[in-house]
Amino acid sequence: MGVQRAKGTQDLSPEDMRKFRLIEGVFRDCCLKWGYEEVRTPTLEYLHLFTSTGTLTPSRLGKVYSFLDWDGWSGERVVLRPDGTIPIARLYIEALSARKLAKLFYVTNVFSFEETGKESREKWQCGVELIGAGSTVAEVELVLLALGVLKQLGLQNVELRLSHADLIRALLAKFGLSPEEQHKIYDRLLDGDEAVLAMTKSERPELGSTHSTSSGQALATLLEMKGKSSGFLKNLKALFNGESSELEPALSNFIDTVELLESVGVDYHIDLTSGRGFEYYTGLMFKLLIDGEQIGGGGRYDHLIPLMGGKQTPASGFALYLDHLMKSTKVGTLAGPQAQKILIRAESGAGLKGAFKLAATLHEAGHNAEVGLGAQPPANYKWLLDVRDKAPHFVLTDRSKRKKFEAQTAKEVLKLLG
Amino acid sequence: MAKQLKVALPKGKLLPETASLLEKAGWGLDGYTDGARNYRLKSQRFPNLLVKMFHERDIPIQVAVGNYDLGICGLDWLEELMAKYSASPLVKLRNLGYGKGALYMVASGSKVAPSIEAIQAKREIIRLVSEYPNLAEAFALKNRLRRFSVFPLWGAAEGYPPESAELALVAGKPGEQNLKPVSDVLDFQACLIANKNSWEREDLSQLLSSLDVHLPAAQTPSLPASARKEPSSGSYPVPDVDGKVIRLALPDGHQQSPTCQLMSKAGIRIDDYPSTTGNRRPVSHLEGVSMKVIRPQDMPMQVANGNFDLAITGKDWLTDHLYQFPSSPATELLDLKFAWVRIVAVVSKELPVESIAELRQLYAERSLTVRVASEYTNISDKYARDNHLGVYKVIPTWGATEAFLPEDADLLIENTETGSTIARHNLKIIETIFESTGRLIGNKNSIDNPAKAKRIREITEILRKALAPPPLAKGD
Repeated sequence: MGVQRAKGTQDLSPEDMRKFRLIEGVFRDCCLKWGYEEVRTPTLEYLHLFTSTGTLTPSRLGKVYSFLDWDGWSGERVVLRPDGTIPIARLYIEALSARKLAKLFYVTNVFSFEETGKESREKWQCGVELIGAGSTVAEVELVLLALGVLKQLGLQNVELRLSHADLIRALLAKFGLSPEEQHKIYDRLLDGDEAVLAMTKSERPELGSTHSTSSGQALATLLEMKGKSSGFLKNLKALFNGESSELEPALSNFIDTVELLESVGVDYHIDLTSGRGFEYYTGLMFKLLIDGEQIGGGGRYDHLIPLMGGKQTPASGFALYLDHLMKSTKVGTLAGPQAQKILIRAESGAGLKGAFKLAATLHEAGHNAEVGLGAQPPANYKWLLDVRDKAPHFVLTDRSKRKKFEAQTAKEVLKLLG
Repeated sequence: MAKQLKVALPKGKLLPETASLLEKAGWGLDGYTDGARNYRLKSQRFPNLLVKMFHERDIPIQVAVGNYDLGICGLDWLEELMAKYSASPLVKLRNLGYGKGALYMVASGSKVAPSIEAIQAKREIIRLVSEYPNLAEAFALKNRLRRFSVFPLWGAAEGYPPESAELALVAGKPGEQNLKPVSDVLDFQACLIANKNSWEREDLSQLLSSLDVHLPAAQTPSLPASARKEPSSGSYPVPDVDGKVIRLALPDGHQQSPTCQLMSKAGIRIDDYPSTTGNRRPVSHLEGVSMKVIRPQDMPMQVANGNFDLAITGKDWLTDHLYQFPSSPATELLDLKFAWVRIVAVVSKELPVESIAELRQLYAERSLTVRVASEYTNISDKYARDNHLGVYKVIPTWGATEAFLPEDADLLIENTETGSTIARHNLKIIETIFESTGRLIGNKNSIDNPAKAKRIREITEILRKALAPPPLAKGD
């Protein structure tokens, strides 16, 4: 029996971590420039935060890591954070609700059981939550922020797909489905189950036919429609003219957002069934893809905070999936000039004291200096710095230029390094 | 059938009909009877068949981990496993037509069953109790209970609502003891199950065809019963809880008679305990005390969560609880000195080790996982940790743990009085971990509560006086 990591987990190697930190750095930088503040929530939360209706779908709840804590005799379970947004909403209610506007971001891991072995059970995400703003401006800002991060990362062919949670709900409600059925279909759409529409059509043929509304549209067909402009939504609105009172608010809100996005030159697709979402979404939902693979998504969740016991507070947010971004990002395209690394080698045991002192001086001056452990290949360094017992005390070798310099003091070494 | 095949068969309530089925199928099993002294059976017809008897609840787990190719158990226990571990490699082959029953989620209601909404409206946290904790949790998630706690029980779930739990998932008929079904959860019967790997790779045909002719015509597998269609709209009566009344839990099972003796010695009259009708609410003549009969195994948790102020259980179960929850408010008040047992570490007689250190060394040398089987999962886990067993796993069991050695476990943590059962199963004790007797336990918060403190002290004193002198004899 060898040493092995737990099933469904992954290690991040030094190369992975370089990429990870680069992406994280770009993300943090963009968020700070837009005026967002970083927060971090605990890995453990109470299960009940996530079980209320309108938070996680039952199928996602069936995959959370929950257990009784060491003081769990009351029977209440804790979970390894299965989602990024709900803990932020909890934090807002608990500590930040005095603020009218909270612009928050975080880099965090989320845990969810996964059977196939294709994906990790621990996923990392870069998330942004904009709490307290309900306008289309907020939605457009989030989309622009997300696209800005991806652009800074040098990622191309980013596709933006838009949908609208309230519009889907209004459409489902319009077609004579029981509330329970509506809920079920909606949950399955959110879980990314694309077969649900086909199945609904076969189980309820009347939903696929053109006679299910007075104006003669079929639900499934409507949900499947795709468009590329606000014109599409306006057409949809015109189609329901006269019987669109339930759809009106959702459609108008959707059109406003889309028009603003158009005016700032953002390309998008409208795809109502573009799955994978959260039950807590209420308005705009968006998905970001590269070559068909989803790398992020977000949406509006105005009901979440009141549902969790907070005040009525509009909110929206998004997350970028770090694990997916790491696959697409190339370090070379982002990294600046390689730091000029220095290897300090002591000639004898007596020279070690000088080597460590010199390392500290070089670090303070902003240099990248390592003390020789006898195992570092010199080829990895630009400079070799030998610490000698006799004068000259320091010999500095520029490996690339094959030049040697002598120095008596640390000050002189710094001068030579420039 | 050249290769050895292994079958897990149930003890307990499914045994008579399973035995009769296998007799008709001509398996020729010797000793498959209630109270069997040997849990390993041979078949006259299939010489390569190894049969072992288990508690019904252990069978799906044993078949899933691949220790057995086939098993017979109730669908209820299969579904209980699958509700939590849906990826378990198990195939349900067919229903066997006997051992029928149903699982109901029940609550206390006045006339009609209360709705989930009515229950949710009454309490912040819904307490669910069951011997089927995974199915209970699945029910809670499916019904979107806002906030809930699931308490796994060893038994007596029907005795909990309404004061000790809002909902109980129970097997059997609803309607008893004023319990109303909120929802049907599952219709079950005995079924034949197979390990998925064995089903795909091994030739089980002779065994299967021997059974087939003796079974009722193939039935479609019963699916979980759908939720009741009739709306359950009744209200949920919240019991009046008198903040001063002391709630005392009395044990059922083996500890009943010594508890009874002690109570009568202390001059505490209790009507209908032990009950011949299964009544779990005996009437106490002790003023300001209400009593309920539950399993001793479940008591520490039920005292800790505040459902009871006092309980009579064993030190073994209190210890197991405190190892799981070190800062639990359940605490020992008095050693009642009855029901003496030793908690011991047990291995197979064939194993060349005499101590836990030797066992550790042997398994480390062979790079093997130590499989620890026990009803005391937390005591076992701590024992394994404290003894640095390295790679180990704890297999929770529901009785007849002796049967696990040597094939299905390497180490048992068991209780024993005389050690004779252990010796009879060709096992040996390598260490006594501690000794256990009956204890009066209490909730620290109740003891600190001014409204209850005095009464709790009085009851403790009455029992202490009844104990001495002369002290009850050790053992039985």
